[in-house]
Amino acid sequence: MKIEIRHLSKRFGTVEAVSDVSFAVEEGELLGLLGPSGSGKTTVLRIIAGLETPSTGDILIDSVRVNDLPAQRRNIGFVFQHYALFKHLTVFHNVAFGLKIKKWRRAEMAQRVSDLLRLMGLEALADRYPHQLSGGQRQRVAIARALAPKPSVLLLDEPFGAVDAKVRQELREWLIRLHDDLNVTSLFVTHDQEEAMEVSDRIIVFAKGHLEQIGSPADVYEEPATEFVARFIGSMNILEAKVTNGKAKVGSMEFPVSEFPDGQQVQVGFRPYYVKVSEDPARFRQQARLRHVYFLGVAYRLEIETDDGVILRSRMNKEEYRQCKFEVGQPVSYAITHFRILPQEGKPGAFLQPPQPPESGPFTP
Amino acid sequence: MKPDTLAGLALRSAAVGYVLCLVLLPLLVIGKQSLAGGLASFLEDIRQPQAAAAIVLTLEMALVTTMINAVFGTLSALALVRYEFPGRWFLNAVVDLPFAIPTLVAGLMIAAIYGTTSPFGAWLQQGGIAVLYNTPGIVLAMLFVTMPFTIRAVQPVLMELEREQEEAAYTLGAGRWATFWKVIVPGMLPGLLTGVFLTFVRALGEFGSVVIVAGNIPMKTQVAPVYVYGEIESYNPRGATSVSVLILLISFVALVIMERLTRPPGERLPIFVQRRLTVEPLSR
Repeated sequence: MKIEIRHLSKRFGTVEAVSDVSFAVEEGELLGLLGPSGSGKTTVLRIIAGLETPSTGDILIDSVRVNDLPAQRRNIGFVFQHYALFKHLTVFHNVAFGLKIKKWRRAEMAQRVSDLLRLMGLEALADRYPHQLSGGQRQRVAIARALAPKPSVLLLDEPFGAVDAKVRQELREWLIRLHDDLNVTSLFVTHDQEEAMEVSDRIIVFAKGHLEQIGSPADVYEEPATEFVARFIGSMNILEAKVTNGKAKVGSMEFPVSEFPDGQQVQVGFRPYYVKVSEDPARFRQQARLRHVYFLGVAYRLEIETDDGVILRSRMNKEEYRQCKFEVGQPVSYAITHFRILPQEGKPGAFLQPPQPPESGPFTP
Repeated sequence: MKPDTLAGLALRSAAVGYVLCLVLLPLLVIGKQSLAGGLASFLEDIRQPQAAAAIVLTLEMALVTTMINAVFGTLSALALVRYEFPGRWFLNAVVDLPFAIPTLVAGLMIAAIYGTTSPFGAWLQQGGIAVLYNTPGIVLAMLFVTMPFTIRAVQPVLMELEREQEEAAYTLGAGRWATFWKVIVPGMLPGLLTGVFLTFVRALGEFGSVVIVAGNIPMKTQVAPVYVYGEIESYNPRGATSVSVLILLISFVALVIMERLTRPPGERLPIFVQRRLTVEPLSR
């Protein structure tokens, strides 16, 4: 089912939790609402479910305005952050709850519940009570319960927030597979950008009640539309500079920005993997000193201090790193291969400069 | 299992010894006394028309009290937990007063309001309603002294019942009424049952307030504890003990049932049997 949100706002007292948010979720899509806590993403989810009423704006499900439809009649499955399982009911009866309310026939109900429990790998736990289950199991029961009445849309609020890291990873992969199997239009809320990247078809980034950007994980990562997105998604070096003679200067680094007038303050951003570092002082033109090396498992993060006292983060894969034989404290040379000028605060969506094409070769200012 | 430490052993001995000395020992003594003349004389004692009438009246009054307090105690707890209103903190503080007021004083207060000397009591009497020296008076006295039990037992359970469980029920299609009966009531059932059983056993044993408001007319408004007191006064300790032991037995059974009903789900006695629907395994 398609969901459309049009000019949605929600005020709690004097606080505007959501302001003028519009977006659409396509049929069968798995969409991530990403943002720091207090950014309004959960409120949007609760408004779609009918658990909150919007101050202004419309919610359309399959082109029908559902603003005035109570939660009971929206045919939406909701998975709560802390599961909210019925503690006095067994796993079986938790999953059957919605079907009983909808007065399903007994045999069909039993069949549906059993099918779902099998799908979730919970058959053996049908007669357990919630307090006898692990966090991951509870989460799966919560999803099974939400799916049982065949909802047109599945909404998940921080679905993996309350389980430990290893279970979280398993549940993520499992949710992706589940979504591939069932193909039910799904929205989930998360504050974890990695989770949003991994699970979503598209991501919506929220900040302070505003919608900052909608796009595929790659879009949001590679082409952040606002300064907030650039800072929030992934790691980025951000330098403040003033344009003089068509160049943004930070110490001895110079970035060509001819399209900006002289005197304008800009922010130059570049991902750590666009900072190339070599132990050979002659390899690149810029000089720095290696301050720290962090082992990340799949790669290394290097922290260098330039001769002008600017601290930059660099990322290297293992093979590259091993060839270099770095020692902390030693002088190194570096180059920044790609950069972008970040859109300025207060002008969301104003994308001031396209990124340098990735294959344009090393750029040494 | 935790390793047995000396401190652990001492703590358990203290707990067992404390309960033994304070509760079990007197119970054993009174139990032995009541059976001193044999089971036949025990049965004879409690079959005395006056004794039997007092026991039946006590059970009836306690049941009525329990039912009224279960309903109003639950509603009060709901109001105190779920709603903000002016004076809530004050109401919440006042709930415990019946625990603090001597029950005799409680009886005096009820007598002052409903007695024929008060305008309200006189007005009721004109309408043909006698509260004092009658069964409504007994129920009022029992209601007063047991009021905190249900409220205080339900309150914490309600506070723990997450709002999300209700919201989950809504998204699954349940209306407010269905959510109340299928989610909120079962959720607060352990607290409610505790409150109900404590109210019942407390009402069975109430003496101080009832002795003032009931009039204590044998066969009519005399409750068991007052009967026991009368028997002691008239030098019939055996009759007093026999009735006491019966009341104790009833209370004990009620408390044992309560304990079994309020365990975590899965370990409790089934109250509402959940029928597990079995399905034929899919043929492959």
